[in-house]
Amino acid sequence: MTQRLSPALIAFAVLVYLFLLGPLVIVIGAALSDTTFLTFPPQGLSLRWFEKIFEMSAFRRTIVTSLQLAFASTLLALVIGIPAAYALNRFRITLPSWLSTLFVLPVLVPEIVLGFSLLRSIQVGAGLPVLWTLLLGHTLIVLPYCVRVVSASLASFDFTIEEAAISLGCSPVKTFFTVVLPNVQSGVIAAFILAFITSINDVSVSLFLTGPGVSTLPIQILAHVEQFFDPVVASVSVLLMFLTVAVMVVVERTLGLTFLAK
Amino acid sequence: MTATAPLTLSNLTAHYGATKVLDDLSLDVGSGELVSLLGASGCGKTTTLRLIAGFLKPTQGSIRLGEIDLTALPPQKRNIGLVFQNYALFPHLSVLDNVAFGLKQRGLPAKDREAKARAMLDRVGLNALGDRLPGALSGGQRQRVALARALVIEPPLLMFDEPLSNLDAKLRVDMRVEIRQLQRANGTTSVFVTHDQEEAFSISDRVAIMDAGRIRQLDTPEVLYQRPANAFVARFVGFENLITLRVRARNGAVVAAEGAGGVTLGLDQSRLGEIPDEFVLATRPDGLRVVTEETGLPCTLGLRTYLGRTYHYQVDTAVGALTAAGPLSQPLEAGEAAWLTPELDQCCILPRETV
Repeated sequence: MTQRLSPALIAFAVLVYLFLLGPLVIVIGAALSDTTFLTFPPQGLSLRWFEKIFEMSAFRRTIVTSLQLAFASTLLALVIGIPAAYALNRFRITLPSWLSTLFVLPVLVPEIVLGFSLLRSIQVGAGLPVLWTLLLGHTLIVLPYCVRVVSASLASFDFTIEEAAISLGCSPVKTFFTVVLPNVQSGVIAAFILAFITSINDVSVSLFLTGPGVSTLPIQILAHVEQFFDPVVASVSVLLMFLTVAVMVVVERTLGLTFLAK
Repeated sequence: MTATAPLTLSNLTAHYGATKVLDDLSLDVGSGELVSLLGASGCGKTTTLRLIAGFLKPTQGSIRLGEIDLTALPPQKRNIGLVFQNYALFPHLSVLDNVAFGLKQRGLPAKDREAKARAMLDRVGLNALGDRLPGALSGGQRQRVALARALVIEPPLLMFDEPLSNLDAKLRVDMRVEIRQLQRANGTTSVFVTHDQEEAFSISDRVAIMDAGRIRQLDTPEVLYQRPANAFVARFVGFENLITLRVRARNGAVVAAEGAGGVTLGLDQSRLGEIPDEFVLATRPDGLRVVTEETGLPCTLGLRTYLGRTYHYQVDTAVGALTAAGPLSQPLEAGEAAWLTPELDQCCILPRETV
């Protein structure tokens, strides 16, 4: 059945897409500009601002830090979050209902406050090195995503399957890895991607926790914009965008395929 | 496939929190026998099965399978084949890998387990579907895979937890015949949990009728159906009319019994068996005939229901409301006075209970 769409609806849809894609186009355009100041539409085409990123050690360093931090905090959050989500679903009837809410709390607290309290308690209070505090802070903000997303996949998981495996002679731990995990892999992948993006783009918590010599890419961009107004900011943003997309694709491909191959 | 052993449950008691769900339950299942646990939900039948499987721990009592004491053994070491209501197949594994799963846990080389799994799939008639994922199968096919998966490990004990409840009526009958044939052929000791009386009676050597965490009667389907031992079982198998009576006089085999409101019935012990002084006369509706001659229990007719081969009447009597049957040739109207005569061949005598 074909249905004629109203022109007003089409126009509205186009506007929404413009709204969503417009900023991306402007940033990419500005990054390719040949001028020494940020401008759109670009005047002349050049990749020199991309080269410039790698000439500036601050950017080089912070890109590495951000990637390390995103990977480490995501993995840490998954290591904590997957068993937590499992327990919350497996023992849903016996566990108090507020327990699952507990894992969402870091999202409810404004990140600024979270960053400040982490600064006071761990960095200043306990005297932990900057990188470790950053790792803890990022783990804390991405953990809710891991727990929620993996929980959503486990909610539709039938736990009698687990009992079937155990009755066939599989130990409970082995059952978790060979039966439960493969059946929630899409949730784990989604959690990984969400957590990774959240960590690599985080500003508010990192703002408090970065310290002398250790910074993340978004904080470095912020610092750069405060002093300069050149297209490096745009090109580094584009780089960050593509980095995120690349990680998503790689995770989807590799994790998806290795899980399927058992 | 001769690995089979008798199952012995001794004085099992189990609690969920503070609630007692199983009360001093003992049960012997002979080698190669199929015993059903039958009862309404909450009667403890699934709890019993989960205790045997090891997913629950009893507060008291022991479970033995042949020479082995299972009570303290973790579930993965019990070597019991389980078939679940919702099939519980591994969605990420092919049908063949599902069946081979148990063999893999037992460390069988890949070639052997594939051969065995294929042979078992052949037995349940699914050889062509080995490479499919469970999601691509129908309900009946899934339950066959589940059955093959449980049988292929050659367990000394098979347990079924309402395995047919998710199937449609026709398939349910076919599958239960198939299960029974496979179980007979293998001679595997089996426990079958169901709430469906017809299913339990048709598939089992013996049936345990359960209520409130206890077995109320354990016997062959024939005995249960014709000679229930107590009021609970009698009601369960369809003896809707339970009439409490007391012996007034005995004259040889004939007994005159009196009930509430002074009604009397003449009963023949040569057809009913020994009648104690205090007893309950139990009949199905078809065992209590509505007649217009003045003989038996006087009653007032209520609602008449047409059942194809007979009419059923709701009747009011001095001993309470009963359900009786009347012939199609003579439909009677509500409000009419009539009499009820028990068909002694279809009645049974139960001990009077204090309940």
